[in-house]
Amino acid sequence: MANDPRRQPARGAKSARSPWRQQAESYLNHHRKVARDSAQRLWHSPVASMMTWTVMGVALALPVALMLLLASLEGVSAGWESSARVTAYLSDSVSIEDARSLTAEVADDSRVAEVELIDRETALEEFRASSGLEDALDYLDGNPLPHTLLVTPSEGSRTADGVEMLLKVIEGLDGVERVQVDLGWLQRLNAMTDLLGRAVWALALLLAAAVVLVIGNTVRLAIENRRDEILVAKLVGGTDAFVRRPFLYTGAWFGLGGGVVAFILLQVSLWWLSGPVERLAGLYRSEFSLSGLSVDGALALIIAAMLLGWLGAWVAVKRHLDDIEPGEIAGG
Amino acid sequence: MIEFRQVTKRYDSDHTALRQVNFGLERGELAFLTGHSGAGKSTLLKLIMVMERPSAGEVIVGGQVLNTLPRRQVPYIRRHIGVVFQNHQLLFDRTVFDNVAMPLEVMGTPARDIGRRVRAALDKVGLLSKEKMNPLQLSGGEQQRVGIARAVVNKPPVLLADEPTGNLDPELSADIMRLFAEFSQVGVTVLIATHDIALINDLGRRTLTLDHGRLVTGVGVKGGLHG
Repeated sequence: MANDPRRQPARGAKSARSPWRQQAESYLNHHRKVARDSAQRLWHSPVASMMTWTVMGVALALPVALMLLLASLEGVSAGWESSARVTAYLSDSVSIEDARSLTAEVADDSRVAEVELIDRETALEEFRASSGLEDALDYLDGNPLPHTLLVTPSEGSRTADGVEMLLKVIEGLDGVERVQVDLGWLQRLNAMTDLLGRAVWALALLLAAAVVLVIGNTVRLAIENRRDEILVAKLVGGTDAFVRRPFLYTGAWFGLGGGVVAFILLQVSLWWLSGPVERLAGLYRSEFSLSGLSVDGALALIIAAMLLGWLGAWVAVKRHLDDIEPGEIAGG
Repeated sequence: MIEFRQVTKRYDSDHTALRQVNFGLERGELAFLTGHSGAGKSTLLKLIMVMERPSAGEVIVGGQVLNTLPRRQVPYIRRHIGVVFQNHQLLFDRTVFDNVAMPLEVMGTPARDIGRRVRAALDKVGLLSKEKMNPLQLSGGEQQRVGIARAVVNKPPVLLADEPTGNLDPELSADIMRLFAEFSQVGVTVLIATHDIALINDLGRRTLTLDHGRLVTGVGVKGGLHG
């Protein structure tokens, strides 16, 4: 009889006959009630809840802060990459006409945004003007400087790899003696941000696991506190889903609070650091600035926190709720 | 409604709670279950509630064999069995109304039906005026009646009671028994585990007696016995 709620025992429950719409409505109502009830429970023990939220907030804020720092660093290297230019020194034997045709050839390449030809005379004059070695230069027989091409890579090639490719192409051209570009520091920065990126992910995973365990333990205590209620609910025919529901909501609310605390911590530290960071960046003549969380990012953080909380609750519920069986209250 | 066929329940290797118990209870039948302490009364009730599974034999409730019932189906069986305990198992963090409403909430009954049916159940046990009180504010007899209201609020076809009058004086006990008799008159199968021999003798109903796990009186089926 009872395994099929639609089949009616002689004096069965009337509600089982109600249309599914009514059932769905009362199901949603129950969800709403349980959600509100579990939120109120957290609210009624503010100190304990706040402590859990803070632990969670700190654990979440740390990896997110590092990720933001990483994103800022990547922004910096992208800015510097865009200023990377390849300098090609032509051989002494190349005439000014050949240099011009070479310029045109390089400019045709789709990876090149702009080519500037500096002929040897202009170069010498610039050198003379800027180096303060005018007298020394007068002793030279001729002009020791070659023609030079200044190549600016196009937008798509302004990565360390793209620039390197371009470098190889230009190096292979006839009449090019030597190509120079200072990519070393760029590669080092990239390698560093890659490393940092992985470290941040590893840290994020560890801290996420910690969050799940913290919430799991907190929810375990909540389960212990409500043992009698669980027993009675199971006794009167509450399904496992029914019994679990309040605790899963509790986990999600812990997550929500933790996410909000993490967001506040991030914003406060950003505000606290932004002054000194700007001054430091100014000293390096860098555009570097710490970027905060966008609205999307903040939402993603809070949703991720709620999911972690829910997951933690799920772990606790799986481990402890099934152990509570009404058999033990029926006595000997 | 309830049928036991050669039911044996062994806990550990050396402890056998029930030995080859055979009996059947019809719809609307009221019976007492008695025996010395540890005779297996609670075990028998637990088997009906699917809190325990038999080691051998079959337990059938409402035509459903419970031995092989999957675990996730158990709640749906329990919704058709009301239970009353000696220590009531009421929750003291909520009102009388909310205690009685629990079986309905578990079933997903719409809120307006819950109100109506909880009040009907409380009216039946004479506690309608106390619905907003905490069970702690009530006397022992009243608490027991709240427990009964909770057990019958969803109109289950089966009602079990484990020492329902254990802590009550004779007058209150008689009251509670009258309530059970009324339920059986409207078709509920009632099984009451009790020590209270005087009470059983007063009512003159069918009595199942357990002795060291064996059913010594009330064996078999007393078909169609009412009133």
